[in-house]
Amino acid sequence: MAKVCLIEAVNMALHHEMARDENVVCLGEDIGTNGGVFRATVGLKDKFGFKRVMDTPLAEGLIGGLSVGMASQGLRPVAEFQFQGFIFPAMEQIICQAARMRSRTRGRLTLPLVYRAPFGGFIHAPEHHSESVEALFAHVPGLRVVIPSSPARAYGLLLAAIRSNDPVMFFEPKRIYRTVKHEVEDNGVALPLDVAFILKPGTDITLVSWGASVNETLIAAEKLADEGISAEVIDLATIKPLDIDTILKSVRKTGRLCIVHEAAKSFGVGAEIAAQVSEQALWELKAPIGRVTGYDVTMPYYQNEKYYQIHPEDILLGVKKVMEQSA
Amino acid sequence: MTFTSKSTVTQVRYLDEDGNVVQPLPAWADDLDKLIEFYKNMVLVRTYDKKAIALQRTGQMGTYPSHLGAEAVGIGVGSAMAVDDVYVPYYRDMPTMMMRGATMTHNLLYWGGSERGSYFNRPDGQLSEDFPICVPIATQCTHATGVAGAFKLRGEKRVAVTAIGDGGTSKGDFLEALNCAGAWQLPCVFVINNNQWAISVPRAIQCGAPTLAQKAVGAGIPGVQVDGNDIVAVYDVMQKALERARSGKGATLVEAVSYRLSDHTTADDATRYRGSDEVNAAWKREPVKRLRQYLHNQGVWNEDKEVAWQNECNQKVQAAVDEYLALGKEPPESMFDYHFESLSEPLAGQREEMIAKAMRMQGGHNG
Repeated sequence: MAKVCLIEAVNMALHHEMARDENVVCLGEDIGTNGGVFRATVGLKDKFGFKRVMDTPLAEGLIGGLSVGMASQGLRPVAEFQFQGFIFPAMEQIICQAARMRSRTRGRLTLPLVYRAPFGGFIHAPEHHSESVEALFAHVPGLRVVIPSSPARAYGLLLAAIRSNDPVMFFEPKRIYRTVKHEVEDNGVALPLDVAFILKPGTDITLVSWGASVNETLIAAEKLADEGISAEVIDLATIKPLDIDTILKSVRKTGRLCIVHEAAKSFGVGAEIAAQVSEQALWELKAPIGRVTGYDVTMPYYQNEKYYQIHPEDILLGVKKVMEQSA
Repeated sequence: MTFTSKSTVTQVRYLDEDGNVVQPLPAWADDLDKLIEFYKNMVLVRTYDKKAIALQRTGQMGTYPSHLGAEAVGIGVGSAMAVDDVYVPYYRDMPTMMMRGATMTHNLLYWGGSERGSYFNRPDGQLSEDFPICVPIATQCTHATGVAGAFKLRGEKRVAVTAIGDGGTSKGDFLEALNCAGAWQLPCVFVINNNQWAISVPRAIQCGAPTLAQKAVGAGIPGVQVDGNDIVAVYDVMQKALERARSGKGATLVEAVSYRLSDHTTADDATRYRGSDEVNAAWKREPVKRLRQYLHNQGVWNEDKEVAWQNECNQKVQAAVDEYLALGKEPPESMFDYHFESLSEPLAGQREEMIAKAMRMQGGHNG
């Protein structure tokens, strides 16, 4: 079994699915000969031809709308936005069109499409290359939002996203595109969408995270274990729809919850998880819910980005605060 | 190095304002039955338009955008398309949509606030692949390029046609779509219904170019301007653009020059921003009277036929209104039932909550 990094797993999934289903097409800026700015689509054009691997004009709104039109004809477009920070010109297409088409036509037109974008900070990138705005999309009815945290997760979840008959926002944590290698079998087996994964069982506190931050969360969990605190780590994977049941089951066992995310703190996915746990399991909590998150400020340029970034130490401090506040 | 590009835009027109022939008509126009059919459909959608506004005024329908003055554009475009082409409309497109299978009842449902208005069949009874009415400006143009891209990929001899108002041509999505259609040589026809007004902003303020058709030059595709009040010209130009696309030669931009004889919508009052002289002058150029006059001149239409057809139109429109009113409201839980392919557990819970709320609001009765 080959050891691959996350971006290679994305590429593997695209190769697999394009070979399996001739309706799958890829489109975006620089994705053909260049293989995409991060090389996610490398080799696809040589194998499947320029008709199925389309370099688009430089226009994100167009990429959003082209995908809508193609998907309406039964193609399965996988569109790449170069960075999540460049997706905003396509927001009208994504929110007003892609997310609503099945509903507004009573199922007459459906859109089996995937919008892919690298996201998140801390690779010393220029402005607008480091955003983590998954909450914007999670708030929109009609969209699935999926974020892998590892190569294996990227492979299986992307297969599932492409096979979904509803639109999926697939955000890839670019900070860990090449830093982690796992054995991933190219077997065409999709992982389930809408399901959170328990990465490490524990009894004292539940840690929920997604994307690149899962790695720091796992490191923190090991350090907590050294100090005698047993943390259960959940990788959310599908942000929307939210698998609240897995979280609730864990929280009912541990009695404590700390949410870790890279995105700005307020009005985010962490707030939503905290609200739902409060609604359904408040009296089973032994302590107030904790959040370890980015700040409500513009993502700083790279000279200061390490101060914005969440490190394992930050998670340790956040967890200890929850532990200390326990009844 | 110098690159020179010459572009000349001449308006295509066959019938003048009084229905006189200004240049030899295309051969297909010898078929006067076809022209009578065009005329009948133009009168039908005009009758419908008047009724739709009345329904809105009496609280039986929501905000409605009148297509008064655009009948030749809509019926001309819709009549020229093949049944298995795909139409991607904008919001003032009822006449074209009617020719493509979306009935007056569907239009009433849509503007009456029900998604059932966007579930319709083609004229041959197959489920339509045409898009629903698009309210955001110009986003539909990129959908048409996507549809055309799918046709090209699969080697299908079909064409995607989309329409837009003159205001919409200022938007990025229109230009992005046009640019892509040119670069990829897509089987796509863009129709600008240039009715001179984008709500209160006149065409002159919208864009500095003398014609909107010449926006095609930058995309590398032909741009044609047509008298949008002359259905013979509209149909002819559309036929040629469709044939060009179908034979693999790529996209065309068609600017149909008409005039919005109505308010922008029933929520608008155009007397606030435009003078009656201009509107009165536009009424002299309007499309229905023009074709009627031509048919009179040919001896194939007369006052008796006119009265009889208007009566029939009134009956057809009333039948559509009756059908719309009789259909009643869609069950409220339908808002959940078409959201995703299957209902997720959290959504299923919200659906049950909403049904309970609806029952409460209706005094125990759902539906």
